Amino acid sequence: MPPEPKGPLGPPELPELLDPPDLPSQPDLTGPPDWLDLDQRLIAQARASAARVAGEVQAFIDRHTTVSIERAVIRLLGVDGVTEDEWPLPNAVVENIQVGAPDVLRGADENAGLARGAAYWLANAVLHFGDSPQEIAEAVGRGAFDLTEIPQHDDGAIRWTALELAVPAMEQIAANRRRRERALAINGLDGRWAPTGADQGRCHRHKPLLYVIVATGDIREDVVQAQAAVRQGADIVAVIRSTGQSLFDYVPYGEVRGGFGGTYATQENFRIMRRALDEVGAELGGGAGGGGGGGRVAGGARYPLQVNYCSGLCMPEIAAMGALERLDMMLNDAMYGILFRDINMQRTFVDQHFSRALNACAGIIINTGEDNYTTVDDPIRAAHTVLASQFINEQFAHRAGLPDEQIGLGHAFQIDPELEDGLLLEIAQAQMTRQIFPRSPLKYMPPTRHITGNIFRAYLMQAMFNLVGVLTGQDIQLLGMLTEATHTPFMQDRWLAVDGARYVMGTARHLREEVLFRRGGAVERRAQQVLGEAAALLKEVEATGLMAALEKGVFAGVRRRIDGGKGADGVIRKAPDYFNPILEVAAPFTAVGGKGGVQQGGVKSL
Amino acid sequence: MPAAKEAGAAAKEAGAAAKEAGTAKMQVRTAEKMAEIRPYGDTPNDGRVQLSFTLPLAAGAAAAEAARLLARKMGLQEPQVAFMQDLYAGAGSRAAASGAAIGFSFLILYGRCVHTIDPAAIEVPPAADVHEMDFYEINDFIARRIGRRVVVVGACTGSDAHTLGLDAIMNMKGYTGRPGLERYPWFEAINLGSQVPNETLVAKAIDAGADAILVSQVVTQKDVHVPNLTQLVDLLEAEGIRDDVILICGGPRVSHELAVELGYDAGFGPGTLPPTVAAYIAQEMVRRGLAAQCQPKQGIAGRAEN
Repeated sequence: MPPEPKGPLGPPELPELLDPPDLPSQPDLTGPPDWLDLDQRLIAQARASAARVAGEVQAFIDRHTTVSIERAVIRLLGVDGVTEDEWPLPNAVVENIQVGAPDVLRGADENAGLARGAAYWLANAVLHFGDSPQEIAEAVGRGAFDLTEIPQHDDGAIRWTALELAVPAMEQIAANRRRRERALAINGLDGRWAPTGADQGRCHRHKPLLYVIVATGDIREDVVQAQAAVRQGADIVAVIRSTGQSLFDYVPYGEVRGGFGGTYATQENFRIMRRALDEVGAELGGGAGGGGGGGRVAGGARYPLQVNYCSGLCMPEIAAMGALERLDMMLNDAMYGILFRDINMQRTFVDQHFSRALNACAGIIINTGEDNYTTVDDPIRAAHTVLASQFINEQFAHRAGLPDEQIGLGHAFQIDPELEDGLLLEIAQAQMTRQIFPRSPLKYMPPTRHITGNIFRAYLMQAMFNLVGVLTGQDIQLLGMLTEATHTPFMQDRWLAVDGARYVMGTARHLREEVLFRRGGAVERRAQQVLGEAAALLKEVEATGLMAALEKGVFAGVRRRIDGGKGADGVIRKAPDYFNPILEVAAPFTAVGGKGGVQQGGVKSL
Repeated sequence: MPAAKEAGAAAKEAGAAAKEAGTAKMQVRTAEKMAEIRPYGDTPNDGRVQLSFTLPLAAGAAAAEAARLLARKMGLQEPQVAFMQDLYAGAGSRAAASGAAIGFSFLILYGRCVHTIDPAAIEVPPAADVHEMDFYEINDFIARRIGRRVVVVGACTGSDAHTLGLDAIMNMKGYTGRPGLERYPWFEAINLGSQVPNETLVAKAIDAGADAILVSQVVTQKDVHVPNLTQLVDLLEAEGIRDDVILICGGPRVSHELAVELGYDAGFGPGTLPPTVAAYIAQEMVRRGLAAQCQPKQGIAGRAEN
């Protein structure tokens, strides 16, 4: 008997749900008219407060550089590798400039050399010797000479040389971006990660994108797990970083297979994972001229997205390495390191700006870390701090040139499952976030706080989380593991997570287009309350300044001193003739607000 | 049709008789060996268990048979594969087509456990000796029995950057509505945070005159926590202060048994709440005479009354 013709909702088999049901084409249903009634003036006010908060810090940022930014510049000018003592050459070069400078610039401070920018000294040496940056760095690593002792050439010639040296890396980053955009188009996403074609203006059939982590501690084993996860239907794979790496003031070199609770982030490890993901993507139909037609595996991503941690003391260098190796997303927060890793706040603010400028250039989506506030602080009482921080992160990101479409603001599903109507509060927060940041690829983090080792209940909680994710139109769903708090994920845990998410999101795919929220109902009132509290908090922070607010412990209940924390001595005041060729080349991408994009809410920052 | 019905009825009868016989047998056996127990599915001592695991074999008859064989080796009779899923090869993928050597399958099995346990013969692994008290009782206990503030120094040591567990016990905020040690007027809680070298922790403990040292170890991959925890004990012994402090470790994979084996006084696993740790410290100080040993520190006791 031939199958029945498709009804309006399509056949119920799960794989089929990946194709949009044959509903008549609809007008834009993602718009908000009957969603939560949020006070637009309050949103604008909160955004304006955040703009002033970030603007004040930005003035400080613009006057400073850091040792890690300078090492990132050295990397992008073509230096990589280690000395005989296994010390990274970018560190050796920057330290050489620090040590050598006082002899040259008499009376100046220890960082007088770096205050000009490391590129100045490296380009000068290239001009002088006619060798490549790598050869010069190797010579410096051997102790052959001090960069600051080399006779200084014409200033204009040095700058021109530095710009020329920056071109190959920046071209590679641009090529990576183009390659990703082509690959994403196959997945029905445009270069700004928005749905195209039939999905335009509708719930996208691949969203929320399914994000999983691998955490074996060995990059070669990570690869096996990552490929399996992509075959199972994951869209995004993050390699959890070895604990403690965030506090190293250098990036380990080469293929590093050891690691604690995760894998060391090195450029070679990035490359190994990229190759593996491209390989499995091609196999599943993402390669050039790939199968098409029936070749697509249900749920299989054709361009698996790669994630790592652009955080910690080496944030700028990781940004450079990720851009060069075509990572697609980076965990990158303006305040996470300050709050949760006790990294000096000045260092973090300066570092995040350069990192984000590179991410903007590279077309990389950043993922901010506000979810962490509700893992350590009460998720109900601290809900407004999450929103306030999202506003601040957004403003810092705009100032580094990231368009809304690359600002993956984070939040989480963490309310006590025993609380009656807790789900309503979760929906309120998620829907509110969606409406306030309509163009940002929101990153939704799973429950962890109340997961106990009862894997069966945990699986149910993950299902509720996935339902809220699809209902409120989240973009990036980090899939929780039923074995959270017990052990790092087993192969089967990841499959169960992907399978559960595919079920929930498939069966509820277009629920979002059918839902109206009750005017003045509990969900709406909760969203209004959180928004009101966030706007008030931002006003308060605006009055004291962000650094003072962090000293008072406004976020996550953590207090940090302005001159405390790790890496404070790596912050350097720029000289008037400071020169950074990377920022010069990147300038078209890093104009405030990105490539002339309209900012969300129609409020142009600055 | 009637014939089939008849046959069905006969089979049912036979089944009932068999079940009766089985029950009688079971009763006899239970009476004989009252003590011995097995997992309970839906009948006493039926031994029914479920288990799930991944095998490094592509899904198929061979993987299912391997799982059954493995289950038998684990002591499970009549193992049944309830579910099998290929975790690696996507349908129609090139890897599957080319018969790639690599493969994984996820299996859910049921079986009947042949082993038994005599409940009378169970020796419960030791747990920290603590009589549970609440916030007020603990403060009152310290005020009456110790008479001065108890100093606790805590840290995540070694490469561990995960302060979640330590913060839950030590910080004001505490966990699930139970405030941490910082909130107790009769405790002085010094939280050194993450990635603290053991040497620094010992120095700080001596400096602060610590009554108790709290070490949190979250990262336990490849047992990295074991040498780290042992080194701390060695350092304290070298300083000659091991017996003067209550040494406690905690973390998701820490048990009291392990802690004691490594030379600690107590270990607390996942789900431990601040009052348990607080009560243990207070009671242990009294038990070991550590309260009497130290003269009340006037300044500190004075502050506690503020």
